[in-house]
Amino acid sequence: MNASSATRIWSIDARTQPPRLLGSLSRWIALCLAVVATIIFFSVATEDWLTIVNYTLIAAIASLGLNVLSGYTGQVSLGIAFFMAIGAYTAAVLGGTLPTTPLDPLGLGLSFLIWLPAAGIVAALVGALVGPTALRLKGFYLGIVTLSLVFIGNYFFMNARAISGGPQGRTFPVPAIGDFSFDQQNTIFGITLTSGQQFFLLILPILGLSALFVGNVMRSRAGRAFKAVRDNEVGATIMGVNLFETKMGAFILSSFLAGIAGALFASFSRYVIPNYWNLTLSIQFIAAIIVGGIASIWGSILGAAFVFGLPLVIDQFSLLPVGSSSGGLSSGDLNALIYGFLIIAFLLFEPGGVIGLVRRSQALVRKLNSHGGEGGEPAEITDLPSSVGAHLDAGNPAVTKGEET
Amino acid sequence: MAYFIQLVFAGIALGCIYALIGLGFTIIFKASEVINFAQGSLLLVGAYIVSAGVFEWHLPFFLALVLGILVTSCIGLLFERFALRRMIGRPVFSILMITIGLDIVLRTLVIAKWGSNPIPAATPFEFTSGFTFGGVHFGANELWTIIVTVLLCAALYYFFRFTKYGLAMRATAIDQEAALAMGINIRTVYALAWGISAAIATLGGIFLAINAIAIDPTLGNIALFAFPAIILGGIDSVSGAVVGGIIIGLAVVVTAGYESHFANILGAGFHEIAPYLIMILVLLIRPYGLFGTRKVERI
Repeated sequence: MNASSATRIWSIDARTQPPRLLGSLSRWIALCLAVVATIIFFSVATEDWLTIVNYTLIAAIASLGLNVLSGYTGQVSLGIAFFMAIGAYTAAVLGGTLPTTPLDPLGLGLSFLIWLPAAGIVAALVGALVGPTALRLKGFYLGIVTLSLVFIGNYFFMNARAISGGPQGRTFPVPAIGDFSFDQQNTIFGITLTSGQQFFLLILPILGLSALFVGNVMRSRAGRAFKAVRDNEVGATIMGVNLFETKMGAFILSSFLAGIAGALFASFSRYVIPNYWNLTLSIQFIAAIIVGGIASIWGSILGAAFVFGLPLVIDQFSLLPVGSSSGGLSSGDLNALIYGFLIIAFLLFEPGGVIGLVRRSQALVRKLNSHGGEGGEPAEITDLPSSVGAHLDAGNPAVTKGEET
Repeated sequence: MAYFIQLVFAGIALGCIYALIGLGFTIIFKASEVINFAQGSLLLVGAYIVSAGVFEWHLPFFLALVLGILVTSCIGLLFERFALRRMIGRPVFSILMITIGLDIVLRTLVIAKWGSNPIPAATPFEFTSGFTFGGVHFGANELWTIIVTVLLCAALYYFFRFTKYGLAMRATAIDQEAALAMGINIRTVYALAWGISAAIATLGGIFLAINAIAIDPTLGNIALFAFPAIILGGIDSVSGAVVGGIIIGLAVVVTAGYESHFANILGAGFHEIAPYLIMILVLLIRPYGLFGTRKVERI
């Protein structure tokens, strides 16, 4: 594995041209198709479907955050629910309506242009605060400490009535630009936008920017340091990577994305109880990145769609008989059963997740094509990856896609 | 004073349950360096099968107990044989996650079979039985928990110290390659570790269930309290798991007993995080626990 990773790094660095986002015709076409598909979906989708898609997109932002820490940097974290909660309650305190009675939870009534970035920043700061303690530990220990963060956070938010509204929960602010509040229908330039459509227009660019940012970071020195730490800590240190700084960087970036996702989720749900940010939520995100694809941007998004979107779709179509209290499976439970099995299956047979499967089949197709003659690619890229590390890197779309032209 | 003694007694009993669960974690960790996150679900499956055996299938309690232990041990053995054995040499992250996968599957299967509503716990004695001495009530449930834990620890001590397979397991824990070279069958050792720890999980589950009088699918989460216990004791120390379990049990019960006096400072539910606070403190001062092996790692 060490030898193969050495060649891998060499083959990436040795390219004179860095991979361009829109560097080729096929990428322009893909972008145009995506834009057209989005516009069509946007104009024909019902409010129910927009709700499903919005929740999925929000979950994708958090999955991306978890993937930075667990997928790219290899640090086990069960604490993402805690950082989402920090983001959500930052948003609530900064953006919430001013309390009218002393019993109401706090709110400063600020604009979402303040509370949304602040949600990410405060979560990142808390990450920076917790990080030095947590990151002294490795593997299982880190997993258990981040797990305890979720419980401690739960206790804190249950009791901090002024922030969270206590066990009954509180309402969360809705983005608004002047009178243009996202929770009602608004007309702009003669087009009437529903609440779901407005949220969609807010969330999709945030996800896009996050994905682009994470993708670019992973191609930079910092990103390669993340992967080096994941693959071999001692090796990374010898190569001049500062372990602590690298882990902290991953932890902070991951917490930032989780905070943003938490704020968006709470804002879109309007009302959340502190118990929502529990261990199950963290585990769902872990399931998402494993099923979708570890250390992969598209994997994070696909995984979020599978774990968080699918139960909503099942409910939408009422595919299940109405569950009774004894013995019936809810859509969430059914989905949990499926992704539980999938976690085991993917970890055993395809550690790259769905994206790993896609890459593998792409590589196979390319190999078949190149028998026709015009294969001009370096062998170490087209070869089927055999080790875990190679799988993980093959999951990075930026690296493999860049080779195509 | 009687109140305090009552709390200490209850704390030791609860601590014994944590110790049982912690033993399950420790035995697997010692054998194969894996933390089994599915321990909570194994416990849940065991407790449900015993309850269902008594109330649905009308088996005698001890037959149901044997059935529960058999089923959970089989799950443990099969999982070890068909999943974990293929994961040897893979990153810690993947191994941890695959046990979480098993945890999700088992818990959902329990919900699918028995629903989310509580079902009564099976017990060989009356819930309210026991005796009162000097103003302190010694419940049968607590007494049995302590007795069974002590007996089990004695049995495990004997097993690890004097039997062929116990020695093989200890040798494997110390040095896997040397054990292999001495002709120890590592696969048997792994299988034994999973079988024993699943069986212990079932016992822990039954006592937890009796303690709570009814069981529902959230019972498995209580196994998470065993994490602070094993980290306190040292993750690779069997006796540490017992001591850690009892300390954590005492901490939970005593803080729960007195937290109402400090409700305006601590709020509600402080006893639920007290174990984690103790654990974080321990990790900061002695990351290898009270009885664990100090791992030297230098670059």
